[in-house]
Amino acid sequence: MQLYNQTLTELRRLLHAGETSSEEMTRAFLDRIEATDHKINAFLTICREMALEAARAADQRIATGDAEPLTGLPIAVKDIFNTKGVRTTCASRILDNYIAPYDATAFARIKQQGGVLLGKLNMDEFAMGSSNENTAYQPVRNPWNTECVPGGSSGGSAACIAGDQAPAALGTDTGGSIRQPAAHCGVVGLKPTYGRVSRYGIIAYASSLDQVGPLAGSVADCALLLQAIAGYDPADSTSVDMPIPDYSAALTEKIAGMKIGLPKEYFIDGLDPEVRQAVEQAAEVYRSLGAELVEVSLPHTDYATACYYLVATAEASSNLARYDGVRYGVRAADSRDLIDMYTRSRAQGFGTEVKRRIMLGTYALSAGYYDAYYLKAQKVRTLIRQDFSAAFERADVLLTPVAPTAAFRLGEKTDDPLQMYLSDIFTIPVNLAGTCGMSLPCGFTDSGLPIGLQLIGKPFDEPTILRAGHAFEQATEWHKRKPSL
Amino acid sequence: MKISRAEVERVSRLARLALGEQEIDDLRRDMDQILGYVEQLNELDTVDIVPTAHAVPVENALRADLVRTGFSRDQALANAPVPDPTGFRVPRIIE
Repeated sequence: MQLYNQTLTELRRLLHAGETSSEEMTRAFLDRIEATDHKINAFLTICREMALEAARAADQRIATGDAEPLTGLPIAVKDIFNTKGVRTTCASRILDNYIAPYDATAFARIKQQGGVLLGKLNMDEFAMGSSNENTAYQPVRNPWNTECVPGGSSGGSAACIAGDQAPAALGTDTGGSIRQPAAHCGVVGLKPTYGRVSRYGIIAYASSLDQVGPLAGSVADCALLLQAIAGYDPADSTSVDMPIPDYSAALTEKIAGMKIGLPKEYFIDGLDPEVRQAVEQAAEVYRSLGAELVEVSLPHTDYATACYYLVATAEASSNLARYDGVRYGVRAADSRDLIDMYTRSRAQGFGTEVKRRIMLGTYALSAGYYDAYYLKAQKVRTLIRQDFSAAFERADVLLTPVAPTAAFRLGEKTDDPLQMYLSDIFTIPVNLAGTCGMSLPCGFTDSGLPIGLQLIGKPFDEPTILRAGHAFEQATEWHKRKPSL
Repeated sequence: MKISRAEVERVSRLARLALGEQEIDDLRRDMDQILGYVEQLNELDTVDIVPTAHAVPVENALRADLVRTGFSRDQALANAPVPDPTGFRVPRIIE
């Protein structure tokens, strides 16, 4: 048995049964990262000494009976999370030398429990991308086929789980950035309801859409992580002060009688036949488990991508105004004056896609265009939310594909930004509606690439999608397949 | 084209981005394509629709006005691009 290919839940059992120590398992993952990361580039920073020190402290806590659920368990986080004393780049040149002076709340909660930070994960720059090719560093490669992308923007978070480099990771999801890479890498990824997890300390992209969530090897592992990170945070006024359910307890309840909605707008011509077949077979699995399948309609689905690229870019252009070369980050040399310093620092520090989105968002918000673009998009967002409310009157959970195709090849979409944007058509509406969604493995293409199933829940009803996801895992073997890396 | 070169230049000044000639041409092409795509939103009648700014209703959050410990000066200055123990150095603003 290797420690590095165990799930978080199993590692926790081994740790508490005294069969291993936090230090031993931390070392196993660090060694695995060292041996494999040149093939997939999932990590931007590896925290070896800090991790081993934290692991030894965790072993002390366990020995003295002071353990919490995540004490001693290794985890890696997307480089969008501020992590005190650790380099935090957001995969951008402009933050290449930035050392975070504080911890993001979601990560702080894991750290407080004694979770062990293995390192910081590669991503699309400022979380803008669907392939992880927009990193300022080396692109992440898919562990199932290193000629393919892992998805994005949390590409490192998904690839490190698939590659057995970490048992669990944190990512962020603004338009699909947890679920789409989870699908392409054959792991489980959960985007909680907007407001369920604090956004404090994650580097902001589009503040009305961004949400923190876990990626791991099983639904039960995601439940364990969500339990640790969910909850109100006074430092994020959009986090919601609601009771936190027992997510692990929700897993084992029955799904017989559950109403599962299939939105007809998600089973369209552009859907890859292999993906369609796998998702339809997944629906049949649910029927055989006693769930009831119902057809539902989300009539404004076609407009979601257009709506998203106005709302998200407008918010991004405002959020990214803070990178000015004054207080942190990279500053252009030999400036004539202040404006020259701003404009050249930003031009040198940001990559192509980030510039494209800043420009689009600035345009959409500029005088004379605000009503036509940004306000219009916010109104369409209302229609998309209403679609979901209506669908959830007929169904407890919605079942859809995560992405229209399996992972594509590196370079395949880099010259066509619109084609790249359309790889998120099935995930974007969930962010606009503000509700929760999860991706889990439901099959493979003939060429051996994973296919993801998306389960969408009512706002704050993570327990139901976790329960449905866990039931699917118990009935299938897809999540047990591993790439050979 | 939906967007002129002059307009791309105007937006780049608003966005504080010093763009090269080639970048301006590329961005004009990309923005034109994307703005063409988002035009489909005009197919929808939204006259009576209330815009959504946040999926969750958000009200002003107020906290007690208490003195709390923040960063020390050294911590706040630790990431400054030009090291200086007293503050953030910037190019001259007033001639």
